[in-house]
Amino acid sequence: MSDDVFIIGLAQHKFGRFPEKDSLDMASEIAMAALADAGMTMADIDVMGCGSLLEAGSGQRILHQIGATGIPVYNVTNACATGANAVRVAYMEIKAGISQVGLAVGFEKMGKSGLLGLAAKVAGADKKVWAPAGRTGSVMPTEGVLGSGMMPAVFAEIAMEYANNNDGVGFEQFAKVAEKSHAHSVLNPYSQYRKAFSLEEVMNAEVIAWPNTLPMCGPTGDGAAAVVIVSGEKLKTLPDDVRKRAVKISASVMTSDPWTAGGQAGPDVNTCTRMAADKAYEMAGVDPQDLDLVELHDCFATAELVHYDNLRLCEPGMAGKFIDERGPWRDGKIPVNVSGGLVSKGHPLGCTGVANLVEVGMHLRGEAGDRQIPDAKVGLTHVIGLGSTCAIHILEKVS
Amino acid sequence: MANQIPVVDYLSLDGAPHLEAQECENCGALYFGRRNACAKCFKPGPFKVRRLADTGTIRGFSIIQRAVPGLTAPYVSALVDLDGGGSVKGNIINTEPSPENIKLGMPVRLATYSLGTDDDGTEAVAFGFQPA
Ligand SMILES: [Zn+2]
Repeated sequence: MSDDVFIIGLAQHKFGRFPEKDSLDMASEIAMAALADAGMTMADIDVMGCGSLLEAGSGQRILHQIGATGIPVYNVTNACATGANAVRVAYMEIKAGISQVGLAVGFEKMGKSGLLGLAAKVAGADKKVWAPAGRTGSVMPTEGVLGSGMMPAVFAEIAMEYANNNDGVGFEQFAKVAEKSHAHSVLNPYSQYRKAFSLEEVMNAEVIAWPNTLPMCGPTGDGAAAVVIVSGEKLKTLPDDVRKRAVKISASVMTSDPWTAGGQAGPDVNTCTRMAADKAYEMAGVDPQDLDLVELHDCFATAELVHYDNLRLCEPGMAGKFIDERGPWRDGKIPVNVSGGLVSKGHPLGCTGVANLVEVGMHLRGEAGDRQIPDAKVGLTHVIGLGSTCAIHILEKVS
Repeated sequence: MANQIPVVDYLSLDGAPHLEAQECENCGALYFGRRNACAKCFKPGPFKVRRLADTGTIRGFSIIQRAVPGLTAPYVSALVDLDGGGSVKGNIINTEPSPENIKLGMPVRLATYSLGTDDDGTEAVAFGFQPA
């Protein structure tokens, strides 16, 4: 097995809506930027991981634009964990000693498709004869009949379950999470929205799926992000200025959701996150309290709160207290989503899991500009893909 | 009386309407829907049908204000832990869908209602939960 794996090139496109560019324009531009950042070209790349949910199978199309050298391309999809999977397949090839240099690209072109998960169509409304179909013998689409599977409701339920099990958590705490993330976004030029909201504004905004109000829901949009990663052996051969800016991937962990009783009623994103976190902290030899920043999967502000506890950023059961005491603010105990998080930065599905590595990497290099967390040495990225998947990476400053 | 059909096969209309789970005879894990094997203990089965309780408590919920086209909002989607085992998703019905009215840990009871009849006159029946 190979030694450590390092990020030596990274780039992200601002998230938002860019009708003047197509997905290949955005992904190619950012892949080229990450290569330039690493002082490399496609000639140096041994393997590519490419993540896109809506345009699965696009890796080769990008290479046809930026450099088609015959390397293996892994096109991956895994819901909102797609981007992290693209990084991980390249990481695994390097770890296995098969490849020395990998490129991972995540992108998504969503345009203005509305709120996350609200675009689903209700089919079969014109059915004239009830006929049982599928594994539960349903006679019609059950969305809205047997609860809601739409994302704003699903993540509201997950958060309310946490409130049911732990004291000091409610609508106000969820709203405080959004207040914090929107405040952070003002400093991030890559963020889709950069507007601060007061707690009152968040709480008084239109309710989408209570307790999620509009500013507590991540917007859809376009995005692209890329990283170039290398083996430790390869890193030694690279110029000083590349080595100085290298970021170590101390842990790369992925889990799926194990059987739980409650998981039969709705997705369990807690257990797979806890399993991945435990393994990642052990692999990296890092304690949660050592973390200088965390980018975690806040597709909704309600979702963020439960992961304070799942990732052990707070004492068990104390996620409410953690946000009340401003623990996840950029000047707090463990800054969380200093990018603005998915609720303001945006959530171009397949891009998200690469972009959060880019974000943490920029801080560890001291290149995060106005939003820089001073003297950041170690950071964690976390994504959830419903179904469910958790992917966690722990990154560390090298020099 | 017209023929009835449950909206999903884990709602039984045989006698008093009730929910039925597939129970792994090896480990007791409960599932809704057809099974190939047990995800908890990895045995191929066998599974037996277990009648679940009509009562339970709300473990988590959301009040949907902006529903997908074709559905009426607001309505309450909830995760319900049934007394004696089994966890199921369903709407909270026959009560006002407001945060003041729906509470975590609230005891609820299974209730059914009609989803209308098809061209053959068969009535589809859904389940939900109402305050106990
Ligand atoms: Zn079993």
